[in-house]
Amino acid sequence: MNKKQFLDELRSKLVGLPQEDIDNRISFYEEMINDRIDEGKSEEEAVNEIGTVDDVIREIAKDTPLVSIVKHKMTPKRKLRGWEVLLIIFSFPFWLPAIIVAIALTFAAIVVLWSGAIAVYATTGAMVGTFIWGVLGFIDSGMADTYYLGAALLGFGGTVLMTFACTGITKGMVRLTKLMLTGIKSAFIRKKRR
Amino acid sequence: MDAQLKRGVLDVCVLAAIKNEDSYGYKIIKDLKPILELSESTLYTILKRLEEANMLVVRSAEYEGRLRKYYHITSNGLRRIEDFKNEWKEIMEIYAFIEREERYL
Repeated sequence: MNKKQFLDELRSKLVGLPQEDIDNRISFYEEMINDRIDEGKSEEEAVNEIGTVDDVIREIAKDTPLVSIVKHKMTPKRKLRGWEVLLIIFSFPFWLPAIIVAIALTFAAIVVLWSGAIAVYATTGAMVGTFIWGVLGFIDSGMADTYYLGAALLGFGGTVLMTFACTGITKGMVRLTKLMLTGIKSAFIRKKRR
Repeated sequence: MDAQLKRGVLDVCVLAAIKNEDSYGYKIIKDLKPILELSESTLYTILKRLEEANMLVVRSAEYEGRLRKYYHITSNGLRRIEDFKNEWKEIMEIYAFIEREERYL
């Protein structure tokens, strides 16, 4: 890929960002490529060192706060005309439910994902409960009822095992949530111009 | 490394790279290469953040028939480096304390 192809593709994929920001970034990458060429590298090599356009986009999405991306997307490029404002106000019975549905769907997705984790936490809680109940019952029976002792041992083993499951699933969930956030951001930035 | 801590350290690294003389993007990346691998996008974000915080100013100068952006450190930037060095002393004292306590375990 040569310099022009790289910069053109980058520009087309940055469409969601403020125009000034796009221009600044493009000239920044152009300078980076030119400086490498001046150092004796071929144009191809210089572009390769920067990475792929998609890598660059992903990093930009990671560094840009979601709020500023959305805010820019929501702000019209020109001043709204009077009738447009009225249209937006009077069409609220249509867009309001749409927004509510979108938020509800996102929320539902998060709840579904977390419910799996919550089930694991609940099982752990049950194991801890079994352990305590078993110990108390065993003591209460004057250390005679082995049924309680068995329950206590089961509860103890279960708790230890479930602790591992809990740590794993929590780490996984945190990573997944981060990934989702980056995904949402990229979706906002990457609105390809066709 | 913790993200917040890393961001602070990177900011100061870039400031240090332009402390003695004005520098430009690719030179900063090359100067920092022996101690850390900095990607173009990360550097862009750092430079922008430092500019907004008035720790550096940008000027464009001609170089071989094209424009190149040079970054110049301000008094705010210099102060940030000094503050960081003092903060680091505190952290090192805490580190020494942790090491000492662990030995007696």
